[in-house]
Amino acid sequence: MDERRSPLNRTAFGSRILQGGSIILWMLPLFFLLLFYFYPLGKISLLAFLQSQQTAGTPILEAIRSNYFLRVIGFTFGQALLSTILTLAAGLPAAYIFARYQFRGKTFLRSLTGIPFVLPTLVVAAAFNALLGTRGWLNIFLMSALGLTHPVFSLTNSLGAILIAHVFYNLTIVIRLVGDYWSRLDSRLPQVARVLGATSWQAFWKVTFPLLRPAFLAAALLVMIFDFTSFGVILVLGGPRFATLEVEIYYQATGLLNMPMAMALSLIQLCCTLAMTILYSRLSARVAQPLNLKPALQNQRKILHPHERMVAFLIITALIAFQVLPLFGLMLRSITHAGLERGQTISTIPSLSLAYYRELFINRRASLFYIPPSRAIVVSLSYALTTVILSILLGLPAAWLLSQHQRSRRMIHKVARFVEPILMLPLGTSAVTMGLGLLVAFDRPPLDLRASPILVPLAHTLVAFPFVVRSLLPAWRSIRPQLHRAAAVLGANNLQTILRVDLPLIGRAVAVAAVFAFSISLGEFGATALLARPEFPTIPIAIYRYLSQPGEMNYGQALALSVILMLVTAFGMIAIERLRVGEIGEF
Amino acid sequence: MNKYISQKFVKYLANLLALITLTSMILACTPQVSAPTPTESKILTVMTHDSFAATESVIKKFEDQTGATVKFIKAGDTGSALNKAILAKGNPIADVFYGVDNTFLSRALQEGIFQPYDSPMLKDIPAPFQLDAQKRLLPVDYGDVCLNYDKAYFSEHQLQPPKSLDDLTAAAYKSLLVVENPALSSPGLAFLLTTISVYGSDHYLDFWKKLVSNDVKIVNDWETAYYTEFSTHGGTRPIVVSYNSSPPAEVVFAETPISEPPTAAITANRTCFRQIEFVGILLGAKNVHLAQKWIDFMLGVDFQSDMPLQMFVFPVNPNAPLPEQFQKFVVIPEETAQVDANLIGQNRDKWIQEWTNAVLH
Repeated sequence: MDERRSPLNRTAFGSRILQGGSIILWMLPLFFLLLFYFYPLGKISLLAFLQSQQTAGTPILEAIRSNYFLRVIGFTFGQALLSTILTLAAGLPAAYIFARYQFRGKTFLRSLTGIPFVLPTLVVAAAFNALLGTRGWLNIFLMSALGLTHPVFSLTNSLGAILIAHVFYNLTIVIRLVGDYWSRLDSRLPQVARVLGATSWQAFWKVTFPLLRPAFLAAALLVMIFDFTSFGVILVLGGPRFATLEVEIYYQATGLLNMPMAMALSLIQLCCTLAMTILYSRLSARVAQPLNLKPALQNQRKILHPHERMVAFLIITALIAFQVLPLFGLMLRSITHAGLERGQTISTIPSLSLAYYRELFINRRASLFYIPPSRAIVVSLSYALTTVILSILLGLPAAWLLSQHQRSRRMIHKVARFVEPILMLPLGTSAVTMGLGLLVAFDRPPLDLRASPILVPLAHTLVAFPFVVRSLLPAWRSIRPQLHRAAAVLGANNLQTILRVDLPLIGRAVAVAAVFAFSISLGEFGATALLARPEFPTIPIAIYRYLSQPGEMNYGQALALSVILMLVTAFGMIAIERLRVGEIGEF
Repeated sequence: MNKYISQKFVKYLANLLALITLTSMILACTPQVSAPTPTESKILTVMTHDSFAATESVIKKFEDQTGATVKFIKAGDTGSALNKAILAKGNPIADVFYGVDNTFLSRALQEGIFQPYDSPMLKDIPAPFQLDAQKRLLPVDYGDVCLNYDKAYFSEHQLQPPKSLDDLTAAAYKSLLVVENPALSSPGLAFLLTTISVYGSDHYLDFWKKLVSNDVKIVNDWETAYYTEFSTHGGTRPIVVSYNSSPPAEVVFAETPISEPPTAAITANRTCFRQIEFVGILLGAKNVHLAQKWIDFMLGVDFQSDMPLQMFVFPVNPNAPLPEQFQKFVVIPEETAQVDANLIGQNRDKWIQEWTNAVLH
């Protein structure tokens, strides 16, 4: 195209420098992944296979030849698929309400739906048990209402419990990713369809849904990979009859000390993640299209008509019952006195006390490993903020590179197509493998990080990074190329275009990405338990420490600390959303 | 874009990739020998599992005696921590590893990550605890995994608590027991070993089949068994596999002061399994001399008498006094179920697999 242009031409020269600059910028995330992901993963596989004097193929073959492991892989896929479908089905109506309407308490409700994401599974199990357990409120209510002596249903150790918990945990992904994208779609489009005679269903399926697909697929992929690598939920709520690959990897690594098999299963899990991501890329490449995104406020209005009111009421009530009630139950349990479980009827009003909270601040046994709650909060927040900054800094250039898609830079496009699925891999990597990998990889100078507190946010960033990229990408891809051309005509260079045009347009997506990175870091347990120094414990680590000892006070303190974790999460999320990088003005 | 830039880009990309590969290769191939030569520093690093706890002043005492600083590294549960130590073989992150138990003992020794130390303190420690003749792993504490029961439930229902494993299969105890999965939980494994010791490796599964038909509940972890299923804490099962130190813990960690624990441990002959925890100096430790002093300290009365209320385990040193709550509420079983540590090492995987096939599938 531009071959005639002299290389010394000022603008070409300038753009080349910029090109060089942006290449370095894109290389940052790649380099980060190579150093902190692929190198540790490679080293741990090498070590595992060398130690056993086996070739990598032997345990992998053994794994895929064994009926047991094939069943595990099948179950892992099946439950992930079911959970994902349920999560999407439950999430879409909620996303719709958040996208199209303004109502009182919306921001608050939205941040409440994000809280489950960070809660330790044992705590969520306790919350569910208080509501749905054999001695839970619902069962007691049904028993007294129906005059029965036996619990009506038992949810623990069943596939149902796994599915419900997965929806509970991941609903926020759909609400945030799809809801935010939806709120920016021009609300006049389905209205036009209605005017032209479509029913509201037709308008949704034929107009809105096709436009939503990029965000919908991104949410589906993230939920699917999360459920695919599920660990705590399967362990605690599914019980011993259910095992996912992640559970099996943990057992092989820590129960049998069989690292070769653990690695083989990790690699199989990675291949599955890769396959799902490639499938996603194929699908999403077809559906991405530039759109004229509108400011959310233009598309939202108050709930007016009676039937709208009813639909909104039903959806919001269901959401509160499902997402907020368990949290509320947990909060209530953390301030009620012990001993209410045994033989009392529901009419007994338990006395309230803050004893568990007070006890948190006392180092009763003068223990060296006592964790003041303030320290756990500060440590957790510092790790979380580091994770947010790192993963946004790495995620922005990566998402930009991937969004270059249908534009003229063919080379970049090719690289992007190759790189895209790889960026998702850290999310599909087992926490044990990742934790042990980081430890064996950085074990000597100049990078002896084994005892360094930086390993924790690094591990968190690896998990958060794919999330950040996925949150940014649909928004970035939807920016119309005309805007870039217009900016170029007006004399803006690449960087100026990004800063002045792209960032304001995707500001909301950046906030969503930051919220995800923040909550991933706050809630991560598996890798953190392996990497954290005892002087720098996170809140989930402290919660587990209390839970691992018998006694009412330990249990109560774990619940109290969980409530503190919930509050920290909620405040953090609201603060990040306030900091939003400026929403677009009028276009 | 124009071809020129494309070519430049390819070149640039190639260079960068080469650079990255080179850096990673240099990092990966740094020879093992370049590890710094062992010099005695004044920092002793102790690697241990999550449950480790100690009183600050006790550790301070050691630091004052030796002028050294003790740094602790916690590495997840026992299996994760041990795995971490095995993977760092030859270039250990710590000087001392504490927390290998007798179910992991032979496996840990087989990996060759410990060096022998014949501590003078061992003369005080009863012989049955000293399972490694070569003294690479030295006993520190023990705990008995026993059935615990909800006292209120049994008095309300005017039922006698079970006195033997056989009792658990009786109709009177149907749907009362919750146990942990031996594959994922250490008390679960201990209970499996109890049944193997009592019924033999040929017949223990028959006993388990009877337990299953008597509606035993199996969960994956101790936390779920104790805090969700056990009736004292809101569940429906009044018998749980836990420790004989759990009843005093219920008193110590009561929400409002109580004089009697709400639970009790069954300590009838051969119903409990003894877990012994060991400490060892890692091969390649930088501060061997200091590490030896630390082990002497761990086996001494100061540390030994601090353990019960910090970790709810029992000191192996008989000279260490037990705290009041332990003297009052703990019954130490006269005869525990025994399985030889080497036998556990050889059959652990097989037994768990057999159990899984027979009980879960």
